Amino acid sequence: MSWLFSPRTGGLLVLAGIIAILPSFLPNAFYYDVVIRVGLNAMVCIGLNLLIGYAGQISLGHAGFIGLGAYGSAILTGQFGWEPLTAMFFSAAMVALLAYFLGRPVLKLKGHFLAMATLGMGIIISIVLNTEEQWTGGPDGTMVNPLTIGSVMLFGEQVWYWIVGGVLLVSVWVALNIVESPIGRALRALHTSEVAAETCGVDTARYKLLIFVVSAVYASLAGSLLAHYGAFVTPEDASFIKSVELVTMVVLGGMASVYGAVIGAAILTVLPQLLTAFEDFEHMVLGLILMLTVIFLPKGLLPSLVARLTNKSKSEEAI
Amino acid sequence: MYAEFLQFLLSGITVGATYGLVGLGFFIIYNASHVINFAQGEFVMIGGMSAVFLVDAGLPLPIAVIGAVMAAILVGVLLEKLAIEPARKSADVVTLIIITIGASIFLRGLAQVVWDKNFHSLPAFSGEEPINVFGAVIVPQYLWIMGGAAVIVAALWYFFNKVPIGKAMTATAYNPLAARLVGIRVKTVMMLSFGLAGLLGAIAGILVAPIAFTSYEAGIMLGLKGFCALILGGLSTGRAVIIGGIIVGIAEAMGAGYLSSEYKDAIAFIIILLVLFFMPQGLFGKKGTDRV
Repeated sequence: MSWLFSPRTGGLLVLAGIIAILPSFLPNAFYYDVVIRVGLNAMVCIGLNLLIGYAGQISLGHAGFIGLGAYGSAILTGQFGWEPLTAMFFSAAMVALLAYFLGRPVLKLKGHFLAMATLGMGIIISIVLNTEEQWTGGPDGTMVNPLTIGSVMLFGEQVWYWIVGGVLLVSVWVALNIVESPIGRALRALHTSEVAAETCGVDTARYKLLIFVVSAVYASLAGSLLAHYGAFVTPEDASFIKSVELVTMVVLGGMASVYGAVIGAAILTVLPQLLTAFEDFEHMVLGLILMLTVIFLPKGLLPSLVARLTNKSKSEEAI
Repeated sequence: MYAEFLQFLLSGITVGATYGLVGLGFFIIYNASHVINFAQGEFVMIGGMSAVFLVDAGLPLPIAVIGAVMAAILVGVLLEKLAIEPARKSADVVTLIIITIGASIFLRGLAQVVWDKNFHSLPAFSGEEPINVFGAVIVPQYLWIMGGAAVIVAALWYFFNKVPIGKAMTATAYNPLAARLVGIRVKTVMMLSFGLAGLLGAIAGILVAPIAFTSYEAGIMLGLKGFCALILGGLSTGRAVIIGGIIVGIAEAMGAGYLSSEYKDAIAFIIILLVLFFMPQGLFGKKGTDRV
C-alpha cells in the first residue's frame, strides 16, 4: 500500500484525478480560463521550486524566461512562419543556452548578490522586449498565432484545459523524478552546505547550473503555451512584478515541495480573481495575505499542513 | 562637446545621489537585521506622494516636507513592529525578503486607495531659473538634491559615530550578540533602523519629486536602483553605497545621452551584472571566506 502514499504514484494519481473531475465543477469558459492560467503558472513554479526550494538558489528573474519563450513562439510563428511546436522547442533550446551561459557566472554568487544578478537579468530581458518594437510590438504586445499540430488547430478553453492538464502532469512527473534521482540528492546536499557537498565529491557548480537551466526551460515552455493560448503576449508577462509573483507562489505553497508549488500557483492565480469585487483594495488584500501567510506559516502551506497531519518529524519527507 | 559631457555628468551625479540615499536606507536595515527590505522604494513613494498631497492641501512646503518624512518614518516603524518582528525568530532570509515584498505590494495598494493612480509633481523648492555651470545648464533643484544628500551623509556619519544610540546601532551591526551583552536593546535598534530607512527614503522621494514625476508606482524602479547602489558598493560601508549610487547615476546619464535613451533603465542592471561577474563582492566589498 505504501506506493499509494508515495508522491510519485499516489500524488500523481490524486492530481490526475483532480484534473479529470474538475471540469464538472467549471460552469463556464471564464472558470476554464482561470484554471488554465493556474496550470501554466504551476508549471513555472514547479521548475522554479527545483531551483529555490531544493537547490536553495533564489531567482528574481524567472519571468524573463517566460517572456523569452512566449515571444520566441510569437515571433517565429508569426513573422517567420514556423510550425508552433518547432518554434516552441527551438525557443526552449535557445533559453536553455542563454540560461547556461548566464548561469555560469550568476550562480557563483550567493545570497543577496544572487538575488540582484537574477533580478537584473530579468529586468534587462523585459526592457529589451519593451523596446525592440519592430519584433515585439513594444509595450502594447503582439498577436500570437494559434497552436496547430500538423493541420489540427487547437483552440477554445476546453481543448486547452486538457492540453495544460496533460502538460502539468508531465511537469510534475519529471520534477519528482529529478528530486528522487541522484541529482535531487546532490541539490539537497548543496542546499544544506555547499562546502560539505563538495567535500563529498558533489560538483556543486554543475548541479546548480543544471537545475537553473531546467527551471528556465520549464518557464520558457510555459511561456510559449501561454502565448498560444492567450493569442496575445505583452511584456507584462516578463516583468519584475511577475518574477516576484512566481517566487511568492513557490514560498506560499511550500519550498521543496513539488505539489506545494502547484497549490501556491493555484491560490495566487485564483485570489486576484476573487478580489476583483474589491477592485481598489485588491493589492492591499493581496499584500496582506502574503505577509500573514509567511509570518504564520513560514514553511509554506503544504509542508505546514503535512507537518500538522503527520505530527511533525515527517515534514522533511513531504514532497 | 565638453559642455554636453558636463551636462550628463551633473545630471548623473544628481540622480545618482538619490539612488545613493535609497541605497543607504537598504544598507541601514541590512546592517541591523540582514534583511533586504524590498519595501524601501515604497518609502520613497510615500515621501514624494505625501509631500505632493500636503502641498495641494495648502500647507507650506517646509511643513509638508516634515509631515511627509514623519509619515514615512511611521510606516517604517510599523512595518518593523507588525511584520518583521513577529517573523524574525523563525524565518530565514528568503522568507523575510518575501515579507517585505508583501509589504511593498500592500503599501502600493494603500497609496492607490489613499491617494490616486495619477502622476504628480512637486513645485521646485527655489524656482526653475536655470543655472549655467561652465556651459552646462542645470535647474536649482539639482543643487537641492546634491546638497541634501551631502547634509544627510554628514548627519548620518555624526549619528553613527558620535550619538550614543547611533553608536549602539553601529555596535549591533558588527556583532548583535556582543551588543546585547553590553546592554544594547537590539529590538530598539531594529525599530530605529526601519525608522531611519523610512526617513532616508522619504527625503530622497521629496527631493526628486520636482524633477521626476511621482505616482503610486514610482517606488519600484527607484527602489531597485537603490538596491543596485547597495550591491555595487558591496554591502560594505555607507560611503561605498553613496559612491555606488553615483556611479549608477553617471553611467545611466552617459548611456542615455551617448548610446540609447530607450535602454536607460537597463544600463544600471547591465553594469551591476558585469561588476558581479568580474568582482562578485561588489566594487568595495571585502573578499570574505565562509565559515563552515
